[in-house]
Formats: sequence, C-alpha cells, structure tokens
Amino acid sequence: MSNFFAMGGYGAFIWPAYGVSLLGLLAMIWQSWAAWRAAKKRLAALEEDKR
Amino acid sequence: MFRYANPAIFMRLSGALLPWVSLLAAIALVTGLFLGFRVPPDYQQGMTVTIMFVHVPAAIVAESAYALIAVASIFSLVWRHPLADTAARAAAPLGAMFTALGLITGSLWGRPMWGAYWVWDARLTSFLLLLFLYLGYIALWNAIEDETRAARAAAILALVGAVNLPVIKFSVDWWNTLHQGESILSGQIAPVFLWPLLIMALGYMLLFAALWMVRIRTEIVNRRARSLMQRGEAA
Repeated sequence: MSNFFAMGGYGAFIWPAYGVSLLGLLAMIWQSWAAWRAAKKRLAALEEDKR
Repeated sequence: MFRYANPAIFMRLSGALLPWVSLLAAIALVTGLFLGFRVPPDYQQGMTVTIMFVHVPAAIVAESAYALIAVASIFSLVWRHPLADTAARAAAPLGAMFTALGLITGSLWGRPMWGAYWVWDARLTSFLLLLFLYLGYIALWNAIEDETRAARAAAILALVGAVNLPVIKFSVDWWNTLHQGESILSGQIAPVFLWPLLIMALGYMLLFAALWMVRIRTEIVNRRARSLMQRGEAA
C-alpha cells in the first residue's frame, strides 16, 4: 500500500497534481450549480411578485 | 442550427441532456482514474506518466473551450445572435480554470522530469498567454456596462486571441522545446497509456459540456429575471 502512495518515488508530484485537479473540478461544479440555484430562486421570487 | 439557438428550445433540450451528460462524465472520470492508476511505470518517465491523465485532458479542454468561444463570437458578430454571446461568456471561466489546471499539473510534471517547475519555452509561454486571454476576455465583459457593446468588444478580443491556438498546437514543432511532441494522433503512445488518457479526456470534455450547459441556462434565467424587473419598473 505504501508502495502505491510512493508512486515510484514521484508521489510528491503526482498526488498534488491529482489533488489540485480534483479541487479545481469540484470548485467549478460547485460554483456553476450554486449560481444556477440562485438564479432560479431569484426568478421564482420575481414571478411570485407579479401575481 | 438557429432553431436550436432559441433560448426556450435550448432550455428544453439542455434540460433533457444534462442528467445524461453528467452521468457519462462521472462514469468516464471514475473509469479513467481506475485505469490510470493501474498503468505500469513508463520506461523514461516512471510513474510521473500518470500526471498525463489529468494534464493532457485539461489542456485539450482549455484549448477547445477557447475555440468554441471564438466560433460563438463569429456567430455573435455576424448574426448578432444573443445566445451566442451567452454561450461564449459562459465558457470563459471554465476555460480559464482548465487552463490553470493544465499549467499547474504540467509544472508538477516538469519539476521531476526537466528539473524545473517552469521554463519560458514556446509551449509553456503560449499556454500561459491562453490563461491571460481568458482573464482579459472575462475582464472585458465585466468592464463594459452596456451588454451589446460588451459582447462586441469581447467577441473581437476572442477572435484576435484565437491566433494563439495554432501557435500552442504547433509550438512543439516550430521551436526547440522541453515539452514533448504530439504523440496521440501520431500513434507513438503505447495503448496501455492511451486508453486511460482517452477516457479521462472524454470525461473532462463531458464535464465541460455539462457545466457549460448549466452556465448558459443560468444566464438565460437571469435574463428573464432582468426583463421582468425592467417591466416591473416601467409599470
């Protein structure tokens, strides 16, 4: 198992590369989704006012 | 083509596609990761070759997203289609993030293989320029209040910057560089590395497609809200 994490001695470069990629992708997913939810909520509130 | 660019039709179509595209993206990314960590060490690069599975897909999406912005900008400038502006603008923050990921993962690959996190060679410099083009494009959109004028200025910037795309692509052929040359289309990459790479690239592209749709949908909803508010003020 520790062999797997050592990655042939390059773990110190490989794991940060994967970590940063994961964080970057998650940040995009979270931000896009949050903006969508906020936009829907805002439109729903405005349409409610119209009635 | 223009039929699908109608906002109402786009909302319906993207709403139906989105769950499937997201699901396929998740499957591809998990499969790619699973295969990617089972590869043998490369005979020259050892296990650092696994960085390729997050580096190359990020770079491919970064460049493709810019190409999509450039195409949308032509539609925006020539046919003045408002959905083209929305699509172009929605892709930019995603493209910038994928570009940053390409740069960071590349730098973490460069240190053990070249002995340096960064070198000012043609591939790296032109790719850094891509990040600045994205940031400039986003800043220009935000800087101009009037949306029609902002869209035109941003579209022109996007098209001028598109000159950089072939420069990135051919930089490894035109100049001496530390960056390795093209190995996918020329078939120089061993199948054991090619498959995880292709599946990860597919996963990255599908994820980009899903997020792009979400962001275009968000902007369409925001536009509806804005026009409702303006009507409210006028009444």
